[in-house]
Amino acid sequence: MMNIRSLYGLGCFFASLAFVTSVSAAEPTKIGFVYVGPVADAGWTYEHDRGRLAVEKEYGDKVETVFVESVSEGPDAERVISQMAADGANMIFTTSFGYMNPTIKVAKQFPNVKFEHATGYKRADNVATYSSRFYEGRHVLGLIAGKMTKSNTIGYIASFPIPEVVRGINAAYLAAKSVNPSVKFKVIWVSTWFDPGKEADAAKALIDQGADILMQHTDSAAPMKIAEERGIYAFGQASDQAAYGPNAQLTAIIDDWAPYYVRRVNEAMNGSWTSTDTWGGFDTGMVALAPYGKAVPNDVKAMAEEARKAITEGRLHAFTGPVNKQDGTPWLKEGETADDGTLLGMNFYVEGIEGSLP
Amino acid sequence: MDYSLLSSILHAILVASTPLVFAGLGALIQERAGVLNLGIEGLMIVGALAGFATALAGYPLLFSVIAAAFAGASLAAIFALLVLRLYANPVATGLALTLFGLGLSALAGAQYVGQAAPQVSVWTIPLLSQLPVVGHALFSHDPLVYLSILMAALIWWFLKQTRAGLILRAVGENHTSAHSLGFSVMGIRFLAIAAGGALAGIGGSYLTLVQTPLFVEGMTAGRGWIALALVVFASWRPFRVIAGAYLFGSVSIIQLHGQALGMSIASQWLSMLPYLVTIVALVLIASRANSNHAAPGSLGKTFKESR
Repeated sequence: MMNIRSLYGLGCFFASLAFVTSVSAAEPTKIGFVYVGPVADAGWTYEHDRGRLAVEKEYGDKVETVFVESVSEGPDAERVISQMAADGANMIFTTSFGYMNPTIKVAKQFPNVKFEHATGYKRADNVATYSSRFYEGRHVLGLIAGKMTKSNTIGYIASFPIPEVVRGINAAYLAAKSVNPSVKFKVIWVSTWFDPGKEADAAKALIDQGADILMQHTDSAAPMKIAEERGIYAFGQASDQAAYGPNAQLTAIIDDWAPYYVRRVNEAMNGSWTSTDTWGGFDTGMVALAPYGKAVPNDVKAMAEEARKAITEGRLHAFTGPVNKQDGTPWLKEGETADDGTLLGMNFYVEGIEGSLP
Repeated sequence: MDYSLLSSILHAILVASTPLVFAGLGALIQERAGVLNLGIEGLMIVGALAGFATALAGYPLLFSVIAAAFAGASLAAIFALLVLRLYANPVATGLALTLFGLGLSALAGAQYVGQAAPQVSVWTIPLLSQLPVVGHALFSHDPLVYLSILMAALIWWFLKQTRAGLILRAVGENHTSAHSLGFSVMGIRFLAIAAGGALAGIGGSYLTLVQTPLFVEGMTAGRGWIALALVVFASWRPFRVIAGAYLFGSVSIIQLHGQALGMSIASQWLSMLPYLVTIVALVLIASRANSNHAAPGSLGKTFKESR
């Protein structure tokens, strides 16, 4: 029921809206972040948030950052992103693969807002994409795993069969195989990015089936904790997880988004921002490794460091032929390296990995 | 498949099912008193945090479990106050309780991220644990697994064999009649909600103390909702809650092992299976509505004392 007082209230509300818009020109650049997990996941989202904090530290009062965490991939994401844009964000980072279509859709409605979507492949004039060449890190992990496994069985906890995850499995497997021809990978797909209970159950299942080193492509530290309890080894995911596995962690791939976020925010502020596709690896600092665990012998350490250096300097590519696809069809010829297009759309296992993609 | 693997699979099934047993029983006792509480997820995670924090402070398991039960019961008491005294809509209040519990635990639990709880000791039952295959799988567990089964038996006995249990069921079936017979509907429902909250809290603490064992926000990941579905699946019977929880746990663990063994059933099908079974069970219950498998008569209905 609309009476005089509520009309008055409504008027005040619109007046205040107008006020907010009028002063916004002098306000700091507002940057929004949409996260798929909680900031405290000690993994994927945690590292994106460290990137956000680096932006705040670099630009101080000139920027204002906001974030929404634990946003599920789907219709919810679209609502959150458009709400953020409507609330006056100038730039929005959407930090999970599943936000791709929502981001593109919302970007059409807000042509003046700059969008940055992580790990996707759809771009627009105001949507840039960025990702890291995690597979370079996976290569080094694979070498260490291949050298250190006693049971010749590596357990791999995977989330969803998207190219990024499949690429990681292939890269790690090829590297492990190159130093240990009898190595086997057991892969479990848990169909979630974040469910510590399920990730722990998967870790136990892999260990019960003989795995003595775990790799994961999910977001919680639960597998690391289980590895520590059972006295085997594991690699941290997205972030240094040594706190959960002081003895278990051999090393971890760290996603360092700070250099990219700081650079892109600067470009947005000085007007030089354009829609680009960035795919950085060891060379850009976007992929880093945690300190090696005390269980890693010196010769393995030296081998891992050499590989990391070679990749950084461009002397080594994680996908170098000869490599066949799982069904035996040739993919890369002797000495040939994979092109980015195939890597970005990778939807097949390489030869030697058992099981099929879900 | 060798026997030691079979034994580890059985062992893992019991561990994965135990949080669901506790939470399911917690939901069951409330629903038998006529209270529909959709806040189980919130109660679980608050219990998960309380149990974890207590264990981290160096207290023994018993104290952690008591702390988890107390945390769950306290949060449930808020629900009871809102629903029983202030006549708030139970569905909306339950949903709010879930969101509140998740938020509260995330806020209070931020300081515990990155820390690890001490390992819970295993109670190996003499003789029985020496049996081949099932010995390790069934009789070499942490005390909470045995407690969960004991709880189901206790609740069955309470509902079926005691006068107090009969009164609780009467309140759930028809609160008006129970009231006119002179029973305190409010009081009985309050106790049921508190007891249910305590059980859900213990269920949550099992995650952080044994199954995972670490705390991060949102780590119950929907188990509270599964517990609610289990109660319907179990047609409000305690032992069927155990059966349902173990069925659910079996399917989820076996599908993980199946993948690692290279079985070719699509994992999505196996992930769906527990929910499909629940839907089928619901349909069967609905098609036999006049049988004794139906929900308590006053479930989810607000009771107002006529003055």
